[in-house]
Amino acid sequence: MIKTTYNRRSFLKVSAATGGGMLLGFNWLAGCSTPAQADLAKALPSQWYPINAYLKIGDTGLVTIISPNPEIGQGVKTSMPMIVAEELDVEWKDVVVEQGNLDTGAFTRQVAGGSQSIRQSWDGLRTAGATARQMLLETAAARWGVAASACTVANGIITSPTGEKLGYGELAAEAATATIPEEVALKDPKDYTIIGKGKRNVDIPAIVTGKPLYGIDTQREGMVVAAMMRPPGFGQTLVSFDDSAARAVEGVIDVVRIGDKIAVIASSTWPAFKAKKLIQATWKSPELIHSSAYISAELSKLAQQRTDKPSRNDGDVDEAFAAADKILEREYEGPFLPHNCMEPMNFYADVRDDAVELHGPIQTPEGTRKDVAELLGRPESEISIGLTRMGGGFGRRLFSDFVIEAVEISREIKKPVKLVYTREDDMTAGVYRPAATYRIKAAIKEGQLSAYHISGAIVNLGLAVFPDRFPAGLISNYRVDNHNFESPVTFGYWRAPISNYLATADQMFQDELAKELGKDPIEFRLELLRNAKGKVVGEIEYDLDKSIRVMELVLEKSNWDKTEPGVKKGFSYYYSHNTHVAEVAHVRHDDGEPRVENVTCAIECGIVVNPMGAMQQAQGGVIDGLGHHLYGRLTLDAEGIPEQNNFHQFRLIRMKETPQVEVHFVPSTESPTGLGEPTLPPISGAVANAGMA
Amino acid sequence: MPSYSFLVNGESRTATVDADTPLLWVLRDELQLVGTKFGCGIAQCGACTVHLDGVAVRSCSLPISAVGEQKVTTIEGLSEEGDHPVQVAWKEHDVPQCGYCQAGQIMTASALLAKNPNPTEEEIKSAMNGNICRCGTYLRIFDAVKAAAQSR
Ligand code: FES
Ligand code: FES
Repeated sequence: MIKTTYNRRSFLKVSAATGGGMLLGFNWLAGCSTPAQADLAKALPSQWYPINAYLKIGDTGLVTIISPNPEIGQGVKTSMPMIVAEELDVEWKDVVVEQGNLDTGAFTRQVAGGSQSIRQSWDGLRTAGATARQMLLETAAARWGVAASACTVANGIITSPTGEKLGYGELAAEAATATIPEEVALKDPKDYTIIGKGKRNVDIPAIVTGKPLYGIDTQREGMVVAAMMRPPGFGQTLVSFDDSAARAVEGVIDVVRIGDKIAVIASSTWPAFKAKKLIQATWKSPELIHSSAYISAELSKLAQQRTDKPSRNDGDVDEAFAAADKILEREYEGPFLPHNCMEPMNFYADVRDDAVELHGPIQTPEGTRKDVAELLGRPESEISIGLTRMGGGFGRRLFSDFVIEAVEISREIKKPVKLVYTREDDMTAGVYRPAATYRIKAAIKEGQLSAYHISGAIVNLGLAVFPDRFPAGLISNYRVDNHNFESPVTFGYWRAPISNYLATADQMFQDELAKELGKDPIEFRLELLRNAKGKVVGEIEYDLDKSIRVMELVLEKSNWDKTEPGVKKGFSYYYSHNTHVAEVAHVRHDDGEPRVENVTCAIECGIVVNPMGAMQQAQGGVIDGLGHHLYGRLTLDAEGIPEQNNFHQFRLIRMKETPQVEVHFVPSTESPTGLGEPTLPPISGAVANAGMA
Repeated sequence: MPSYSFLVNGESRTATVDADTPLLWVLRDELQLVGTKFGCGIAQCGACTVHLDGVAVRSCSLPISAVGEQKVTTIEGLSEEGDHPVQVAWKEHDVPQCGYCQAGQIMTASALLAKNPNPTEEEIKSAMNGNICRCGTYLRIFDAVKAAAQSR
């Protein structure tokens, strides 16, 4: 049983405006999506009855499930409603999915980030479905005058002990006003009929026919389009500008200065983009310019130092290093990376006296509304945010800088505006994965690893090394130092933040260690894990058994022990976002340039809600990580200006370089953990360990 | 500003824009055909791919003045019911993640199959190599193109 007090507000009656059944216009279906819109099993209802914030049931039995979290391509718009539908006991083909807007009264954590949507909403979603099911069941039982426990429910139909049947559609009006149960029972995972079965992305029919789903597709009455010119170099300020040529472009309405930025306002996108290029601006550089060369030297210096407050300090590393037979020490450097979401940043803002209307792609609507309220000095209740599907997120849209810009422009020009970034804006405006440098040092004594010291320095993010990750806890002398380097180069979270570099450094280093000790790389790590059972030092985040399981699984599935002429295999393992992953990269070295042919991946992530979507996330994470490992690098010149501004200079992986990715999930009945990010961190290490740096 | 009349998805449409306006922005902003996407603006990513007389072109780098008599087909006009073999294969293979690049991918794939109904694996890879997918859906794109070829 689970108490319905879990965010109980979302189970209370929906407000009067929508309560008690509502009529919907004909174009309603256009805003929704369903696995197969064309062959909806049930007719369109004339009345909808909201049972709780997550779902409403139509008088024909068709069910609308509201997906609360932002969709960035991680698939929650399909998998979250699957969980509700499972507990509600309806057929998936009778479900229509609707994107929820920001509603902090009804939903918790409407964020797309940290691979946490499913993990943190797992109980809430199941409870929402089970509560509604219970209310429908009790309504039916009362009508028949029998005990609810004597009835059975399947596929949206309730059957009485005598075989009478009532569909959800016939009960919805009454159930909507029924008492909310104090407690509901949740299903045993072995009874699942929807969870664990592959379901296609609910937006596919709309995607493959080019329907307007994305923020950049927003069109509103009276809307103008803005393009923004920002200081080209980090830390630069605007001295003066000449906009006469820009203003001469047909379609340009205005050019306004907003702080150190210049906004070009036009009737449509192209004149705004074109005019922006014609602005002659003079910028002033800061005294100390942060070029890549400067930053990299500073990071390296820092990483070699110790902090007064180590993030972890087990045993005594100094003593162990002094007593060592051999010491291995390496430095690893990770560059800045832009997010390069395929849909460039954009947002719609309409700042009016009566209300502020925002609409567009943002991973953090709740925090963004707070930021906007603060900027404008207005109550949050006056600000609404409509959520769109996003053309990628990867962490970029956790930051509301571009929403703030759109709001500033609308406030200034007193018009509804859609701000659109060019690709060059998108790539050069910062919010990068910060550059980081790691220095790792290990001591070997009598053929055993006796000390491990990892020190990391990172730009602005504050944390470079997670202190409680593998192999922390397995070695008695273990030290972690974290250094921050302040810079005008703005930082962001980028798919699997910190883990994405840290895993690379750690896993490359551990392979070197294994070689030094004359051990097989996988065996070396397994041995560390097995030997630590029952005697882990201090706190650790990861699980020993789950780590062992994924390593053993990948060892088996990758044919690790078999040699193949011309092919080198590289292993890597990482725990992040509550999920354990092991990968083996198969790299062909014999025909010209080395090439990653195949990647074997083993994952322990609890229950896999939607295997079809899960496979996509797992494969996508590997391919994305591989591409950035091979080609990703953003550098800043002597003026602090990014040297890459579009895809001709910043290479992304394409089909020809894409390897096969074979994914194996460890079967589980435990609550689901993250999947949007965890397959990315290990891949660089696996590829590097296969001899392809 | 000059006026341009041209054929889009079988209909004659007119737009009054500067001669250098890329076809992409005419489609999106003037004709409200927003299925064609903006990704880079410099013919590097393929998000803006449309057919010009059946050939895949990058609409971000094609000025409207160069369209002339050529027929433009966008993702909205590829089929009436979303049932072009490539669209069907895309649904079947559950290709999209964020979905943003997919209109361009589909237009490139459908132009390839129109010209070469039985492409080899290498030919598929070469044709699709101009379209970037940051989400990394390439494996499913490849499978879907192959399936679409076989279904024809
Ligand atoms: S937008 Fe045209 S190729 Fe990228
Ligand atoms: S599906 Fe997201 S960019 Fe291709």
